Amino acid sequence: MDNIAGKKSGLTWAVHLSVAALVLLWVFPTLGLLVSSFRTTDQIRTSGWWAAMFPAVQNEVFRTANPGAFRVEREGVFVVEGNLYVVDGRAETAADVAAVISAWGVSSRDIAAFGPGETADLGEGETLQVAENGDYIWSGNDDQISGRGQRVFVTAESPPEFTLANYRGVLFDPRNREGMAKAFFNTLTVTIPATIIPILIAAFAAYALAWMEFPGRALLVAAVVAMLVVPLQLALIPLLTLHNQIGIGKGYLGVWLAHTGFGLPLAIYLLRNYMVGLPREIIECAKVDGATDFQVFTKIVLPLSFPALASFAIFQFLWTWNDLLVAMVFLIDSSGQTTVMTRQIVELMGTRGGDWEILATSAFVSIAVPLIVFFTMQRYLVRGLLAGSVK
Amino acid sequence: MNPAFQALITIIVGVGGCVGYFYLSNLFLDRVLFPARGPNTGRNINRANAVRPWLFLFPALFALGLYLAYPVFETFRLSLIDRNAGGAFVGAENYARMLNDPKFWEALRNNFMWLLIVPAASTAFGLLAAQLTDRIGWGNIAKSLIFMPMAISFVGAAVIFKLVYDARPEDVAQIGILNAVYMQLGGAAPVTWLTVPFWNNLFLMVVLIWIQTGFAMVILSAALRGIPEETIEAAIVDGANPFQIFFKIKVPQIAGTIVVVWTTITIVVLKVFDIVFAMTNGQWETQVLANFMYDKLFRANDWGMGSAAAMVIMLLVTPILVWNVYNARKEMR
Repeated sequence: MDNIAGKKSGLTWAVHLSVAALVLLWVFPTLGLLVSSFRTTDQIRTSGWWAAMFPAVQNEVFRTANPGAFRVEREGVFVVEGNLYVVDGRAETAADVAAVISAWGVSSRDIAAFGPGETADLGEGETLQVAENGDYIWSGNDDQISGRGQRVFVTAESPPEFTLANYRGVLFDPRNREGMAKAFFNTLTVTIPATIIPILIAAFAAYALAWMEFPGRALLVAAVVAMLVVPLQLALIPLLTLHNQIGIGKGYLGVWLAHTGFGLPLAIYLLRNYMVGLPREIIECAKVDGATDFQVFTKIVLPLSFPALASFAIFQFLWTWNDLLVAMVFLIDSSGQTTVMTRQIVELMGTRGGDWEILATSAFVSIAVPLIVFFTMQRYLVRGLLAGSVK
Repeated sequence: MNPAFQALITIIVGVGGCVGYFYLSNLFLDRVLFPARGPNTGRNINRANAVRPWLFLFPALFALGLYLAYPVFETFRLSLIDRNAGGAFVGAENYARMLNDPKFWEALRNNFMWLLIVPAASTAFGLLAAQLTDRIGWGNIAKSLIFMPMAISFVGAAVIFKLVYDARPEDVAQIGILNAVYMQLGGAAPVTWLTVPFWNNLFLMVVLIWIQTGFAMVILSAALRGIPEETIEAAIVDGANPFQIFFKIKVPQIAGTIVVVWTTITIVVLKVFDIVFAMTNGQWETQVLANFMYDKLFRANDWGMGSAAAMVIMLLVTPILVWNVYNARKEMR
């Protein structure tokens, strides 16, 4: 088997590299949005999100502190000392504190005349020294050190800077017009009942289809398989009309019912496939011991089916959380009080298409919950997928 | 009433109602209707057992019938009448109007393009990812990351890719990665990718391919692992190279699964709505059937034509529906 091992190692690097490329390609778009949601409006406007990973070189203009208030006299020389980044006693941002000055100047014609730590001769004994971290010493005679502060042009490299301000604004700012916090709770309100109720209804039906003998069973299973692919687009108008006729109208009750109906085929199908695979002996023993079907179901089949129940719960949760169409048709009325996050984001794309900080943050607020569910419950999700499609 | 409170009540009423219904109806059946005592014990037990499956099935069948079966027929009926003329029967007129609408043909053409490209690309990428990640140590992490877009909503994905496709004026820095790369490669001017007819369809399809590849990968990876070792070993002994092993030994053995994946993605494609709705809303010749239907139903308020478009989607789904049912029945025997 020597040649096999040899061939494998020959290909290994190619495999590693292609997988890495594939993964990068797949992660890159999401990463872009995630990074953007932590950047300030200015940063997003002036550079691509990939630049946020690296230190940024910036040219800035500062003024030293006002001589009138800050100059001190030392041995006949007037001196103003301070730090360029410090305004009113404190640095503006963390990035400013960590900025490293690579060159500076005092004239707009030559902004990189001096290196850090060098002393500039401003003529007739007036000097200015700027250190790497922005500390400066400006000294001269009474006349020179007066009026306004000295202008300093700085070329500095500041490390990557991230902010949580976007999330604060989108989620907690009571004045914001985006209403993502409200939409978040609306989405949650839609999702939870719409996930729990179909499970219960489907579990009973799946048990009947898996373990009870009655005429027409095969036909019903076929019908469930058929309904799996019926596009829910067909249901929009007939059901909206129906909801209006029976007085539900547009609202939570309507959307819960709709999600229940649309989720049932997959729920029944998944659960039935799983229940059919349970060992026959357990169920028959229980029946011989006098257990009724109801007891067999609640005491034996239901607990044993937990993995399948979890799989479907995740599917239904992701689907209802991410849904746009059903919510738009059955839930959101003209008052806009019951809007969900997906709808809100589409709205933002229309009205504030260029404001990436708001768009990216809102989108990530909506994406975060499914992603958490996905990464913690991936095992069940995969199992459900396999049960649902591989025959 | 506070919606959260309403949701809580719904959960309690819904869950309690379901449990109560199943419990009480069983109790009623066993104690009152067909009690297992008295002169007719045997007959009663048999009768109770004949009725019970229907008790278990009733809520599900009712909901399925009302929310999925009835709308198919009702939509068909709506597609044959004119609502504005008091619901008068107009036969195929709605369909005729639809066939005269150039937007419909655009949507149909685009939908067929989606059908050709997205399932093929997703399955191919999925197969590639499955085959490659199965051979390396960090394969599971890689799989997880490629699978991740499955959890992201179509709307979320639309935002993500809108940033990728973003275009700024020529004199400022590009913040969309596609334009940044394009300018690096010597592009003349930034392109607003989503407004370039024909090609913009491909840029929308990329979003769905990105989402569906993970699904294809997970299922195909399980199928690949199910292939008997011996067949591969035999091929190696016979001197097959890795590519021959993959295409001539592995792929034929998972052909069934590939078809399942392909059809599943095909159905997703037929219903695709959110992506187009959020990114272009069918402008610049990117219309698809589901969005066309939504347009007619809720913007133009033309239920006749909207229902006709819905029936076209149903018609396109039908072959897959028949095939699935046929397979399910074959398997049950």
